[in-house]
Amino acid sequence: MSAVDLVRREESVKAKRGQRMKATDAFVECLLAEGVEVIFGYPGGAVLPIYDSLYEGKIRHILVRHEQGAAHMADGYARVTGKPGVCLATSGPGATNLVTGLASAWMDSIPVVAFTGNVARSAIGTDAFQEADITGITLPITKHNFLVRNAQDLPRIIKEAFHIASTGRPGPVLVDLPKDVSVEEIIFDYPETVDLPGYKPTIKGHIKQILEAARAIAAAKRPVLYIGGGVISSGAHEEVLALAEKANIPTTFTLMGIGGFPGDHPLSLGMLGMHGTVYANYAVHEADLLIAVGARFDDRVTGDLKRFAPHAKVIHIDIDPAEIGKNRHADIPIVGDCKAVLSVLVEKVREKREDEWLAKIAEWKREYPLTYEEKPGVISPQRVIQEIYEVTEGNAICTADVGQHQMWLAQYYIFREPRRHLSSGGLGAMGYGFPAAIGAAVGRPDLPVWSITGDGGFQMTSQELATVRKYNIPVKIAIINNSYLGMVRQWQELLYNRRYSASDLHDNPDFVKLAEAYGIPGMRVSRPEELRPALEQAAATEGPVLLDIHVDPEANVFPMIPAGMSVAEMIGKKGRLGT
Amino acid sequence: MKHTLSILVQNQAGVLSRVAALFTRRGYNIESIAVGTTEDPRISRMTIVVEGDRREVEQITKNVHKLIEVLKVSDLTYDDMVARELALIKVTADSHNRSEIMQIVDIFRAKIVDVSERSVIVEVTGDEGKVDAMIRMLRPHGIKELARTGKIAMVRGSKPEPSLRHITSA
Repeated sequence: MSAVDLVRREESVKAKRGQRMKATDAFVECLLAEGVEVIFGYPGGAVLPIYDSLYEGKIRHILVRHEQGAAHMADGYARVTGKPGVCLATSGPGATNLVTGLASAWMDSIPVVAFTGNVARSAIGTDAFQEADITGITLPITKHNFLVRNAQDLPRIIKEAFHIASTGRPGPVLVDLPKDVSVEEIIFDYPETVDLPGYKPTIKGHIKQILEAARAIAAAKRPVLYIGGGVISSGAHEEVLALAEKANIPTTFTLMGIGGFPGDHPLSLGMLGMHGTVYANYAVHEADLLIAVGARFDDRVTGDLKRFAPHAKVIHIDIDPAEIGKNRHADIPIVGDCKAVLSVLVEKVREKREDEWLAKIAEWKREYPLTYEEKPGVISPQRVIQEIYEVTEGNAICTADVGQHQMWLAQYYIFREPRRHLSSGGLGAMGYGFPAAIGAAVGRPDLPVWSITGDGGFQMTSQELATVRKYNIPVKIAIINNSYLGMVRQWQELLYNRRYSASDLHDNPDFVKLAEAYGIPGMRVSRPEELRPALEQAAATEGPVLLDIHVDPEANVFPMIPAGMSVAEMIGKKGRLGT
Repeated sequence: MKHTLSILVQNQAGVLSRVAALFTRRGYNIESIAVGTTEDPRISRMTIVVEGDRREVEQITKNVHKLIEVLKVSDLTYDDMVARELALIKVTADSHNRSEIMQIVDIFRAKIVDVSERSVIVEVTGDEGKVDAMIRMLRPHGIKELARTGKIAMVRGSKPEPSLRHITSA
């Protein structure tokens, strides 16, 4: 939003102060005051008053085909823009359909503000038609939620909702609006500040701790920087790069941290964890100092906690004090915003270089590069990702769904910038990727957006093809189609003696025809030589397009540290079983 | 070991369920809970007794503190505190044992608050150990009903938790 727009917005809010208006008109004014450009929503009985106030089109509304799509779109929009995404649903089933999307935003600390209608106050608690206790249901998956009991409180609550969602450790906030409240009239007053005495996130890190961290870095022989989603949400990527380069620290990232450090940088170790690179996991295993920044020692990163980074002293920088010491003891805890803390730490840290350590890592990189098997006449899924990377010159926004292709995207697309890679990291919600791509394309119309998805996950939210068609949203959908629930099949192959129970999807629909049914061009790609031209054609297509790419059905994601294990049990170190 | 947490919260609808649900979700078992308003009617105090080692309790404390409506969380366990529970105990009592019950009540500085032909209600206030001991002494006489509050607690002396006025004006 430009400065002129900002001024205009403030003037508009001021001009309306003291005016009597419908609560739902006030709702629109409040959203405008927050700079909301778009709402992803779906109407219903309890939100008819809100939809009536939206009719004039002061705020763009994207009509989805299922509320889960609305929540994921708001999430995708938030991830690429850094601003809170907004979704809207009616009471009861509309509200409960948001739950998966909110849970995913919660697990990944994404600022989403969800508005739901509810039955009239007098009907709450009577099991009324389309009633659901959505504030109760979303209690454990929102940062905070509100049930609006007095219409006059609505502007204050909206102000607080956006503030809570977007500050500190971000997260989803839900505002539930009973229908009778929404039809009342109020005197408009949008507060300029919030008054939340119980909410004071710590931004600045303790200087004594930062100096201690600088000393630990100076003393370390084998340091590793381990960055997570907190680096993206605080915008600390430049500070991370400055720290890594000043002290020559090899840097690895979590799935959520992808883009927080340039993937093609000589100090990059790629992703760590279950499907991380061999060299990232070896480096962490051998490290004598682990600098965790905005990361939470998730089980997909650590495997067996007792054997994770066994020789390392830990510096843990996080804005959320409850993350520090949760899974791994921190020798030097620093509570604060990653960007604020790192900007001081970068100054205090001494320039240095541990050549022996860097040489060791270079050796691992030579010995164990990321690699995969290719069979003649069959498309390798990893090659698809590499070629999408080449065709888009590494500049696209790519969303993943969940499963094998999610890991291949993380491994083989080199992201150089933050807010370009979107993945349901914590919740691992199938059905996330495609609607998240729609939200991303709405938020960043200037960038190409690719939805890299699986044949399983795509079918969980494929109805949003109608949304893409309606608004001509130029999402490129690449289905990595192996006619299996690939990751389930892989685990069944490796851990359940190839008993492929309920993971076979060979009766999938014809995805090209499905796309065409929605008025979207589709292409099937099944031979290796067809791949590149198809990708180039898709990239050159103005609007949305769907590629149904038939890949090696039994390709596996390697390397792999089986769940709960350690580096010692890593398999597929050279891209296939037995290595 | 048992920890006594004193939690100051904004006195708003739903705040009790937010705090209680957090304990359940993070896998901690609440042994007792007592809630009431403070000297400032806008603020309530929740006293929660929870089992766990120091690290575990520190973790749950940090999580509780993240709730928007929570103003302050203190672990009073390692402080010199006054902690009290209250119990109402309905005991079988007739002419044969009534005087013996009255003696026990006297020794514990408890009170008899209701008398009928076949029972008395005893009110006892004290720390957990005292209330337990009282119940143990009365049990042989036949306890018909028992109601017991959660613990409430306060740090001794003039070193208070930061004044509420400071919190509310912040």
